[in-house]
Amino acid sequence: MTSTQDWTRRTAAELADALAAGEVTSVELTQAHLDRIDAVDGAVHAFLHVDAEGALAKAGDADERRRAGTPRSTLDGVPIAVKDVLATRGLPTTCGSKILEGWVPPYDATVVARLRAAGLPILGKTNMDEFAMGSSTEHSAYGPTHNPWDLTRIPGGSGGGSAAAVTAFEAPLAIGTDTGGSIRQPAAVTGTIGVKPTYGGVSRYGLVALANSLDQAGPVTRTVLDAALLHEVIGGHDPLDSTSVDKPLPGLVEAARLGATGDLTGVTIGVVTELGGEGYQSGVLARFQESVDLMVAAGAEVVEVSCPHFVHALAAYYLILPAEASSNLAKFDAMRYGLRVLPDGVESPSAEEVMRATRDAGFGDEVKRRIILGTYALSSGYYDAYYGQAQKVRTLITRDFEAAFAKADVLVSPTAPTTAFKLGEKLDDPLAMYLNDLATIPANLAGVPGISVPSGLAVEDGLPTGVQILAPALADDRVYRVGAALEALLAREWGGPLMDQAPPLVEEGESA
Amino acid sequence: MPEITRDEVAHLADLARIDLSDAELDHLAPQLNVILESVASIRGVAGDDVPPTSHAIPLTNVFRDDVVVPGLTAEQALSGAPAHEQQRFAVPRILGDEQ
Repeated sequence: MTSTQDWTRRTAAELADALAAGEVTSVELTQAHLDRIDAVDGAVHAFLHVDAEGALAKAGDADERRRAGTPRSTLDGVPIAVKDVLATRGLPTTCGSKILEGWVPPYDATVVARLRAAGLPILGKTNMDEFAMGSSTEHSAYGPTHNPWDLTRIPGGSGGGSAAAVTAFEAPLAIGTDTGGSIRQPAAVTGTIGVKPTYGGVSRYGLVALANSLDQAGPVTRTVLDAALLHEVIGGHDPLDSTSVDKPLPGLVEAARLGATGDLTGVTIGVVTELGGEGYQSGVLARFQESVDLMVAAGAEVVEVSCPHFVHALAAYYLILPAEASSNLAKFDAMRYGLRVLPDGVESPSAEEVMRATRDAGFGDEVKRRIILGTYALSSGYYDAYYGQAQKVRTLITRDFEAAFAKADVLVSPTAPTTAFKLGEKLDDPLAMYLNDLATIPANLAGVPGISVPSGLAVEDGLPTGVQILAPALADDRVYRVGAALEALLAREWGGPLMDQAPPLVEEGESA
Repeated sequence: MPEITRDEVAHLADLARIDLSDAELDHLAPQLNVILESVASIRGVAGDDVPPTSHAIPLTNVFRDDVVVPGLTAEQALSGAPAHEQQRFAVPRILGDEQ
């Protein structure tokens, strides 16, 4: 194929090679992705804001650097999409909320600054559940994103926009954030790659906080190698984030390349007893078992490990997260930025009355639910019983991980308990929605890194399933090595990447 | 465990400075009860001997050199404000009539 759509099907690593070889310009491939967005985003709605002009200008700059022989990075000129929870100077940042509609940050998040410094043109900002609260992107105040595998289904959440953008070939790379699974669960249900780095491994400066002690930004891509390339751009110590870990990143690209050989000799894989079985869809479990079998055939040793306190992870999370979120969202007070709504029929309203009216009008249902829940968990009389207990359970979960990692190099489980469900199906049943994060939440509580790798399609519905690979804190290289190995082993089985089996979104040749 | 009543939700909303409508209160209270019931199991899981964890990767005494770096200009800081005047955020009245 010679159409411009051809470029949108390539991996970021291939695009970087093509740019380095002078086979294509950044302007050409940025335009190709913008054309693709034009063609399919009406149906997918991955983007809240597209910055065609800005992206093409940056692409032009990247081309000049390539011509001068002074590229800023391997990925210089490869376009990217950014979740709308990261501050982007000069580009709207809404967090999927009406309360920030039209807000244009005067500064860049560190992740965004590093993307710019490395020369990646930013295509636009991607849709998300409001303030990252949700597992389906349906809680966006700007309407849901649709799963490119089946437009009647959810793309996962909260980062459904970023996952759908790479799935629909609207962007080769995207940035997501993961507080309880918001990178990994969307990856699982869209058949893409999502990595939650070690807590503190990627700066949170300029990431609008949902829960400070849990939030982590990370790569959303179609291949493990692309994720490693992107992780090395955005990761590493940042003095602007006091929780940033001041240690060099392990060699992630190197680990992904090693893994791609498909050899897992000497690697011990722990299957977590508590993350499987009841509550998991049969097709998800079947694909998971196939992946484990493939890894064994590739030389890995498998042990079963028990993490007995993981059964309490969901409860601990839904106390800690609302507690932190209710405190964080207190800053939306209608005074310094964002929406200001005057209460009806009140003459000369006070600041507090304006605050109350604004927060009622500006926050959606799920945000209100969690603010009230968090306020409850932190209120006197309940603090020790709920928030205090949740923090202790967090210690027990961390100890479970320590014991498990004494027996295994990595831990594996299905990423999400089910495949993508129908839009609207769980919208007014918060508890059912929360259960989507059953397997991903423990990693956030303990701060350990994790990746979701596509494991195939569930037999019963033909939709993507994912395998989660977890490693000890600061050993992010292990998720890349094992993730790349599994990806390579499965590609051999399938005769190519899973994405080749995705239905086309537009008639061939329509978008070119 | 204690049921969370509609009045209690109204009180919590008051503490959180959100004007909830009657319809929202009717809808929220039963939903919050379902959620609280599901997290209630956490009580009694950990004994007194288990220390709490607030951050997964604990760091202490994170210092940096105290050097002057460029910050936002007043214009930039005010760029998203609903209202401003004389290089300041303009807010609704903050004192009551009796004050």
